[in-house]
Amino acid sequence: MAVVACGAIAQPMAQSVARHGWSVDVHPLPPLLHNQPHRIASEVERLAGSLAERYDRVVVGYADCGTYGALDEVCERLGLERLPGLHCYDLYAGADRMEELLDAEPGTYLLTDFLVRSFARTVEQELGLDRWPELRDEYFRHYTRVVWLAQSTDELELRELRTLAQAAAERIGLPLEVLHTGSVGLDAALGALVDG
Amino acid sequence: MTPEEILQGLYDETLKGNGPRVLELTHQALALDMTPGSLLFDALIPALEEVGARFERGDYFVPEMLIAGRAMAGSMEILRPLLADTGVETIGKFVMGTVKGDVHDIGKNLVNIMLEGAGFEVIDLGVQVAPEKFVAAIEEHEPDIVGFSAFLTTTMPMFKANLNALEKAGLRDKVIVMVGGAPVTQEYADVVGADGYAADASATVKRAKALLKERRSKVPA
Ligand code: B12
Repeated sequence: MAVVACGAIAQPMAQSVARHGWSVDVHPLPPLLHNQPHRIASEVERLAGSLAERYDRVVVGYADCGTYGALDEVCERLGLERLPGLHCYDLYAGADRMEELLDAEPGTYLLTDFLVRSFARTVEQELGLDRWPELRDEYFRHYTRVVWLAQSTDELELRELRTLAQAAAERIGLPLEVLHTGSVGLDAALGALVDG
Repeated sequence: MTPEEILQGLYDETLKGNGPRVLELTHQALALDMTPGSLLFDALIPALEEVGARFERGDYFVPEMLIAGRAMAGSMEILRPLLADTGVETIGKFVMGTVKGDVHDIGKNLVNIMLEGAGFEVIDLGVQVAPEKFVAAIEEHEPDIVGFSAFLTTTMPMFKANLNALEKAGLRDKVIVMVGGAPVTQEYADVVGADGYAADASATVKRAKALLKERRSKVPA
């Protein structure tokens, strides 16, 4: 089986596959597609098409991810299953928990382990903060906190990520909160796709 | 610099998002007695339209669009009072806000700049605007149009909540309702019962003008 995976969750997915000993290959698409969500559905369709010849089954390792239904149309047309939910945040923290977080403070900016590690590239550079630091307030004026959904359970890695998350939050001028989610949610969702 | 060179300069520097240079050129133009209207319609608005087109084509991303918008907004600060003085009429009043639970506002702010440029008086209620706040603002300002902006799948349903609140306050027939934001489509706008939708800032201006004309032709002045 092959998973067409968002680059932002490809690595945790591959780790989940290894942990469970599933016979699954993870094929990532660039994570930065998230900033051009109108391209996600067609890119998924292209990669899934080319993998279909080599695999018995292809599934989609994306949530809705800001495609606002376009990905679901592709999945339906090609008979593919995808991960549930609106974003990977839903997978990590659970959709209900996410709703609570955003209800409590609509100005919550979320980080995952992936975003913490790649913050300079995926957030600062993409938003142009490296070239125009003055845009920071334009983007984050109405935000009140950063919540890092921490997936790692490895003490050493957590310590390293925590330093990076703290630095990221400081660069956008917001306080950091940490929510340890682990990766049970992602494991379960992927497991459901594997079981078909 | 000749007036033509100034207009070209304004256009080019707005495209590049060079705020300080756009301000300088604005002052130079006014010193040469060029009209605020000409700066707006022959340079600034076409530049922001081109920015929108480049974004659409994928040549520009959000930051390029933002700095261009900021450059134009800086010039607008100077031109706004002059436009009023030179008798350029306000073509309508527009109350705008991002819906409750949502704090995305870049798209909304760009729409505001273009609406102002086109001659609308814009009252921006900011982000996370609750239905009762929209109602109060409509009662206070009596706008021709109210705009709801939403960016998350989870906040789009607030359009309906806002419309219900207007209905309940007896305001629904008194104001044109427009909706927009990345996840919004014409179909969605129709389903919730809005009067208009537009996909980007220049389309919003065109649609707003058309809706106003339609409304005014129905209601005797
Ligand atoms: C910039 C951006 C941000 C900025 C927002 C800054 C700000 N102050 O607005 C930051 C980085 C802070 C951000 C945060 C988040 N974002 Co964001 N963000 C984007 C991004 C990349 C661009 C949006 C944008 O500004 N576009 C540029 C403007 C000009 O275009 P526009 O918004 O469509 O506006 C135009 C039209 O819609 C129209 N219009 C707009 N309003 C109105 C109103 C009316 C009345 C009318 C007629 C027309 C109209 O005219 C505008 C001008 O042309 C999009 C992805 C994308 N490319 O769409 C994701 C995106 C919107 N974000 C998303 C997400 C998930 C988030 C976060 C949850 C991520 C996180 N890590 O926490 C948070 C949100 C948290 C929260 N509490 O709200 C998702 C939403 C998915 C969904 N299903 O809801 C998207 C689609 C990315 C994705 N693929 O996942 N984001």
